[in-house]
Amino acid sequence: MKKLSARRRHPLAALVVLLLALACTGGLYAAFAPASKAQADETAQSLAIDEGKKLYAVGCASCHGTGGQGTTDGPSLVGVGAAAVDFQVGTGRMPAQQPGAQVPKKKVIYSQAEIDQLAAYIASLGAGPAIPSEEKYGPEGADIAKGGELFRTNCAQCHNFTGKGGALTHGKYAPSLEGVDPKHIYEAMQTGPQNMPSFPDTTLSEQNKKDIIAYLDAVNSDDTVDPGGLSLGGLGPVSEGLFGWIFGLGACIAVAVWVAARTAKAKKS
Amino acid sequence: MSSQDIPEENLPAEQGGTHVPKPADDKNPFADPGLPPHEHRIQDIDERAAKRSERTVALLFTVSMLATIGFIASFVAIPQDKSIYVFPIGHISAMNFALGLTLGVALFTIGAGAVHWARTLMSDEEVADERHPIEADPETRAKVHADFKQGAKESVIGRRKLIRNTMLGALTLVPLSGVVLLRDLGPLPGTKLRHTLWSKGKLLVNMNTNEPMRPSDIGVGSLTFAKPEGLEEHDHDFQNEIAKAALMIIRLEPDSIKDKRELEWSHEGIVAYSKICTHVGCPISLYEQQTHHALCPCHQSTFDLSDGARVIFGPAGHPLPQLRIGVNDEGYLEALSDFEEPVGPAFWERG
Amino acid sequence: MSTAANDAPRSRGKAPAGERVADWADGRLGIYSLAKANMRKIFPDHWSFMLGEVCLYSFIIIILTGVYLTLFFHPSMNEVTYHGSYVPMQGQLMSEAYKSTLDISFDVRGGLLIRQIHHWAAIIFLAGMFVHMMRVFFTGAFRKPREINWLFGFLLFVLGMFTGFTGYSLPDDLLSGTGVRFTQGAILSMPIVGTYISMFLFGGEFPGTDFVARFYSIHILLLPGIMLGLVVGHLILVFYHKHTQFAGPGKTNKNVVGMPLLPVYMAKAGGFFFLVFGVIAIVAGIASVNPIWAIGPYRPDQVSTGAQPDWYMGFAEGLVRAMPGWEINFWGHTLVLGVFVPLVIFGIFLAVLALYPFIESWVTGDKREHHILDRPRNAPTRTAFGVAWVTAYMIMLIGGGNDIVATHFHLSINAVTWFVRIGFFVGPVIAFVVTKRICLGLQRRDKDKVLHGRESGIIKRLPHGEFIEVHEPLSQEQLHTLTAHEQYKPAEIGPTVDENGVERKVKGTEKLRAKLSEAYYGEESQIPKPTVEEYKEITSGHGHH
Repeated sequence: MKKLSARRRHPLAALVVLLLALACTGGLYAAFAPASKAQADETAQSLAIDEGKKLYAVGCASCHGTGGQGTTDGPSLVGVGAAAVDFQVGTGRMPAQQPGAQVPKKKVIYSQAEIDQLAAYIASLGAGPAIPSEEKYGPEGADIAKGGELFRTNCAQCHNFTGKGGALTHGKYAPSLEGVDPKHIYEAMQTGPQNMPSFPDTTLSEQNKKDIIAYLDAVNSDDTVDPGGLSLGGLGPVSEGLFGWIFGLGACIAVAVWVAARTAKAKKS
Repeated sequence: MSSQDIPEENLPAEQGGTHVPKPADDKNPFADPGLPPHEHRIQDIDERAAKRSERTVALLFTVSMLATIGFIASFVAIPQDKSIYVFPIGHISAMNFALGLTLGVALFTIGAGAVHWARTLMSDEEVADERHPIEADPETRAKVHADFKQGAKESVIGRRKLIRNTMLGALTLVPLSGVVLLRDLGPLPGTKLRHTLWSKGKLLVNMNTNEPMRPSDIGVGSLTFAKPEGLEEHDHDFQNEIAKAALMIIRLEPDSIKDKRELEWSHEGIVAYSKICTHVGCPISLYEQQTHHALCPCHQSTFDLSDGARVIFGPAGHPLPQLRIGVNDEGYLEALSDFEEPVGPAFWERG
Repeated sequence: MSTAANDAPRSRGKAPAGERVADWADGRLGIYSLAKANMRKIFPDHWSFMLGEVCLYSFIIIILTGVYLTLFFHPSMNEVTYHGSYVPMQGQLMSEAYKSTLDISFDVRGGLLIRQIHHWAAIIFLAGMFVHMMRVFFTGAFRKPREINWLFGFLLFVLGMFTGFTGYSLPDDLLSGTGVRFTQGAILSMPIVGTYISMFLFGGEFPGTDFVARFYSIHILLLPGIMLGLVVGHLILVFYHKHTQFAGPGKTNKNVVGMPLLPVYMAKAGGFFFLVFGVIAIVAGIASVNPIWAIGPYRPDQVSTGAQPDWYMGFAEGLVRAMPGWEINFWGHTLVLGVFVPLVIFGIFLAVLALYPFIESWVTGDKREHHILDRPRNAPTRTAFGVAWVTAYMIMLIGGGNDIVATHFHLSINAVTWFVRIGFFVGPVIAFVVTKRICLGLQRRDKDKVLHGRESGIIKRLPHGEFIEVHEPLSQEQLHTLTAHEQYKPAEIGPTVDENGVERKVKGTEKLRAKLSEAYYGEESQIPKPTVEEYKEITSGHGHH
């Protein structure tokens, strides 16, 4: 302790402390950041091949196997259906890139035509849900209020009241549904991507899905009205508490400082 | 908490003491020099500055009046459902925004005016006021003690023990009436927490479609919520019953079910668990279909649904109760009994 | 009392009307003797002395807006179908409480603003009380004669928490309903009486049809009534004790220096009410709080992720989230430690703070009145203890929002929970040690400043080529301010053998006190303040820097 005390005035002491603090922060973050589960680092090149199978052989086969039967790096695609392909590739989740607890949404690499070809190929491996047509997820004939009730029963537990997303175990998460194409929401409900359970038409009817999508469009889109003002991320009391402390109490204290401060004195002449 | 035995010399010397501020001398350079002389503000010596202050205060009060008029105008003129886009807040209610701002400004400027007035125009000479000890001087103290003793003596409460004791008895008992009156706040627990609406032969009805389900409706990896047949949203006791009967239905590959009893109580890999967390009763349904974990959104208790809903993380103390299910003659899923154990949070009588 | 005196019509030789009214009132109420003592009462100016006012004013705002809300709110759990103007709820089944809250938000003009002012003011009220309490703690303003007022304030904080909880539970929305469910689960965990209390509170099984009405009378009558009484008591004591002040020239333990209540303080404090109200109204005009329309009506089989209580309950929520799931079954009974232990810790953790003034005065054995505030650095052990307490509190707040923390910093929720579990025990210890060292360092710096003066930043070259920095001696005001604090000596047990050689038995409490006193005021815990002799010795040899 004495030795340490003696050296704390050393010119380099501050630097050492700073480095230590940075190392601690980084180490802690590394320790807490979710461990990698998914692998595969296939980057897609721009492909001129316009046939699904060829596309598949280049972009997907290394993880999912040459015939879609699956490997240790990727699940079997037999019977997942065209909807699953359209969702996974159409939201950029596939091909997977970064290791992490969960494959995130990212930039889409394939054109819609290529995705359709891939989807046709996968659909040919085994029957599965097809890509929904627009009238299935369009707003006509949807009951927004019923959709809200269905959303709270089936979806809000992971995606939050209005689809702002939330945490799952070990670094996995339910993503925010803001700005997600209605078609992809429909497909996700049908196919259950990654750890999301599926909600097949037999238990959540086509009309139910339409209602849910209409509800999301009403409460979580760019045009959604937040009558009260800033929605603070739609995250509820945590962000409200922070805002209240920083801006509410903060402003009151700033005003108090002004009220209690001494008025400037006349300069002595 | 007695401190009689603390020797006086451990206490530091009285702060400040009774001293009169004395000028700095050679004896004690740390002595209190007394209140610094009062300095004038610009407003005290320059009448133009004071006039400026006066105008500022008046302006603030005027702004407040205008804001109040604005408030009333907004209240009358803006339609209740009108929304406007305000950068960077977003689409918001025009009425709420206008009323909030005008009311805020009207109030804030009154305050700002008053404070500016106090700060620049009212006297700012600091005054010292004497403090007196909170505790009474010894004479008062002695007088009060004596008075009290005299009063107590005159009441003869010390001598007439019988009166004192019966009075204390009466005063102790009388609040009991109040406690007894609280009895009808609610029924006794009885075995209410042990039973749900489920019983042998009750069909599992899908919450979404309000239809009974067949095993073929439920795919591996899907998640469905069910209620007992006959319970409708409009029923008087719907809330109370669904709070115990809510069911979460998933389908696993029978090989991946690790718990023997879970397999026995399932039907072709379809398992039905109580949706109510065993921690404090939140509806738990964050089901991860690849890991078969269900997470509670309230306190993060995590249950392994492929292993008898064992608790693998978080504050829950025991597994989710499982409902025994089968299929009836018409091919619909049905309950084979009520839950074997109480659903929801644990309680003293649970055992 | 006598306002508008100038404008009042003066009828021949009579006193102005205001004065006559005041005389009339004095003859019946004796207001003059009250005014004599208080009208020119002195209040010291410091921004941190106004934190309590923030609380007082937000409390008044809450009462005003709350009364307005009761005009429209229906505390009933009857199920109705919604046909109001918020489209995404059309045709939904909900309780009347929820429906009337929707109506306040969408169909009563200005109703939404008042609802938001009410809720924001509640958040700020509790936050203000927390900061005010910390100000009082760290400056030692809780010492004699103000211990009882500290307890009043503490009770206000705790009651405020529960008033807030019963308040945000009233709309019967899905978020608050989940919170009520949690409360019911927590009540069930209480040994022996849990199920009975739950049945009595909810009028039967959860959720029943009674709790909104019952919470309503608790929220608008019972708790605010008690709080109002405590606020009045708190204020009377503040007036009676006169405000504390920081050390400085002319400020002693026997006086109070500042501005008189009338007019300066009246204008400032009165103006501050409007300022606080204005700030909260603006916040309510631009930021949404508790948008129950987006949350949906309560149903016990529905839930949303991100289910948190308002911030002041977040600490309790964190304790519950971090606790491992312990449950003991014996003789047909269940002891639900996983829920009950956090409840007990919650109580103890708050009680420690409430009782602190008594603990400290027992350790010091000091029975004198204290009206001069401590600078936090001059009471290192107290300051370190306070920072440790706040650290534990903050870690549990993180725990209460562990899911939001996890998603926003891309962490694993399990790792965050483990951090909180460990941090609750380790964090306060680290905070204690670090704070104490910082305090001692600041004390050393003060001592250095007193003895050697202020570093002026002017570099001077001496004739023989040496460079020195000129240190300016402090003014007497500064010297006095920096040396005005008291320093205790650690209490000793005293002789264990009396004059006759008979051994005295040393009580355990006495030993404990000696130990604590050593920890508070021992050599490791304070830097002896400069003495006059030291000062003279250094300053006598001039030219010395």
